[in-house]
Amino acid sequence: MKLEHKDLLGLEYLSKAEIELILKTAKPFKEIFTRTVKKVPTLRGKTVVLLFYEPSTRTRTSFELAAKRLSADTVNIAISSSAVVKGESLIDTAKTIEAMKADFVIIRHSMSGAAHIIAKTISASVVNAGDGMHEHPTQGLLDMFTIIEKKGKIKGLNIAIIGDILHSRVARSNIWGLNKLGANVFVVGPSTLIPKEIKKMNVEVHYNIAEIIHKLDVVNILRIQKERQQQHLFPSLEEYSELFGINSEKLRNAKSDILIMHPGPMNRGIEISTEVADSKNSVITEQVTNGIAVRMAVLYLLAGGDGGECESFNS
Amino acid sequence: MEANVNLLILNGTVCDPANRTYKKADIFIENGKIKKCSPRIYSGVNEAKIIDAKGKIVVPGLIDIHTHLREPGREDEETIRTGTSAAAVGGFTTICCMPNTNPVIDSVSGVKFVFATAHQEGVVNVLPIGAITKKSEGLELAEIGKMKNAGIVAISDDGKPVMNANIMRRALEYCKMLDIPVISHCEDANLSALGEMNEGYISTLLGLKGIPKQAEEIMVARDIALCELTEGKLHIAHVSTAHSVELIRDAKKRGIKVTAETAPQYFSLTDEEVKISNYNTNTKVNPPLRTKEDVNAILRGLADGTIDCIASDHAPHLIEEKEQEYKIAPFGIIGLETTLPLVITNIVNEKILSLSSAISKLTYNPAKILGLEKGTLAVGSDADITIIDLNKTKPIQKFESKCKNSPFIGMKLTGFATTTIVAGKIIMEDGNIVST
Repeated sequence: MKLEHKDLLGLEYLSKAEIELILKTAKPFKEIFTRTVKKVPTLRGKTVVLLFYEPSTRTRTSFELAAKRLSADTVNIAISSSAVVKGESLIDTAKTIEAMKADFVIIRHSMSGAAHIIAKTISASVVNAGDGMHEHPTQGLLDMFTIIEKKGKIKGLNIAIIGDILHSRVARSNIWGLNKLGANVFVVGPSTLIPKEIKKMNVEVHYNIAEIIHKLDVVNILRIQKERQQQHLFPSLEEYSELFGINSEKLRNAKSDILIMHPGPMNRGIEISTEVADSKNSVITEQVTNGIAVRMAVLYLLAGGDGGECESFNS
Repeated sequence: MEANVNLLILNGTVCDPANRTYKKADIFIENGKIKKCSPRIYSGVNEAKIIDAKGKIVVPGLIDIHTHLREPGREDEETIRTGTSAAAVGGFTTICCMPNTNPVIDSVSGVKFVFATAHQEGVVNVLPIGAITKKSEGLELAEIGKMKNAGIVAISDDGKPVMNANIMRRALEYCKMLDIPVISHCEDANLSALGEMNEGYISTLLGLKGIPKQAEEIMVARDIALCELTEGKLHIAHVSTAHSVELIRDAKKRGIKVTAETAPQYFSLTDEEVKISNYNTNTKVNPPLRTKEDVNAILRGLADGTIDCIASDHAPHLIEEKEQEYKIAPFGIIGLETTLPLVITNIVNEKILSLSSAISKLTYNPAKILGLEKGTLAVGSDADITIIDLNKTKPIQKFESKCKNSPFIGMKLTGFATTTIVAGKIIMEDGNIVST
């Protein structure tokens, strides 16, 4: 089976089968990491441009390693050193990259829809590495890969996303992907940070984690940003931490094998306590490893690679 | 504008809601005025240029109560010349331009500039709207009385709301003696701050900051209350939500002197367009495109007379300004050349309104609101006339406007102006400006 898309802009646009194809394809790529030579020649001669309009260490590095482990050539364009400071528009930047014959453009941008604008403009494959508050599809995929690896499946699991749902592209990609694979998705956070209409995305809304903690199989804890306080969305980080920060006390009634996830970077002591972040239930560092495998699978499939038969895959 | 050739419009169907006329009739124009309007007036008329309007509808020249011309200040986006040309192609013979230019039209000199430039370069009538407050900053009243003496037809800080209720109160009160309406851009700027599109399911999916309907409705309610208090003349610009329509309907029932306009996008498109078009910024407009329920309420408001008129809210922006990330692209779409076909296609052909009622919302009603002696084909009035081909269907493609920021590009619409006559002079024929 092949992925019949030029771009990966969001999990909204993928079918269940396509998501499963990516996750299944990622598995053998992860096995490469245990070898001494962590590299395959799959994308030799291809060029991957990493166009990052927002500072990002882990996502950029993860994509770069994914491309390099597939033997592609990578180029980094970061906002501070690029033509953007001279006032070049996103479309012109995209056209310039196109003219340099890049095969892939990985874009991270602070504004929703930026990846779509580029995808419409150029013929290279565009991978959305996070656009504003919209989607971060490879994060959603790596979260699902991690859950399947640990729990063997996604269907029927109770999975909660905790924190600033309103501004979170990670939340949106997770909600799309998890629902397509049959999970029961819960969102938990302050009522100011959960948009009313999110219910229509087939999630259950809660403002108090204690109500559901006993039945959860996975908690995915989002990073809370300080500037939300200035926007009158909550009174103080201390109060946020008290009400929504995940610590051992809040996990007291949780299942013993509950998975603790966080897309990073963490604010230890605010949305997650150090004790929880470093506990045996935490798979936060494994998410990072899996991110590379999933991104390799995405690049491979967008390049036209065949993921083989998919029916044996158990999600 | 002087007219040295007399005109005779033959064989058309005259639709003149101001005089409750809808009949086959000919019109004779002499010295820029309507001399005769009756069946078969061919005999006895000499030396007139003849326009054959067979199979077409002859209406009073359309009046746009809400246009942005961008001159002075942003002549790269639109000038009075190009904006009035776009108006003529769209069938408008009179346009009222909003004062949010650079500088803002908040003084007599600005008003004089608009009149002088329009006189020299404009091809249709241009009537300026003055600012409510100096620089439209919402802090101090502009010299409204002096501007009225210089010829403004209304005041508005359009583009920005007047956030201070006391200033809005005084503006309404002051304009009572001047007998001009205050046109209110209803938007609570705190609620709408940094907003990009209508707040709802679609904004949630797309991750775009929402503008709640209440940002409009709160101000509609406030201004109606202030209108009741002051007994001034309030005109609500670009109504976009169902509840705004209800508030206005209720206020009218209570005898409050409020009138309202909507623009074609608010009865033609919904916020789903933002998603369908994958963040096409030609869907970014203020107020934002709302939901199906709002569109239906706007249509009902038009049908029952709650909404008095339809304005273009023509807001030109350059391609390079619009082809940006959704968040930083400016609000606004052009409308002068698409308003009439959208009214015919979505209002008349969908049987929401009769042709006469629809035309009155583009002619007689805006004239009445602004106190203009226009929007009528009565004998003796200015010969501002538009001839419409109700059967002409074509996709929206090219524009006379300097800008092309329209969400209707590619859409097949029906009902276009084929001739535009201003003060007895043919300005536009078959989509082309007649050289002057």
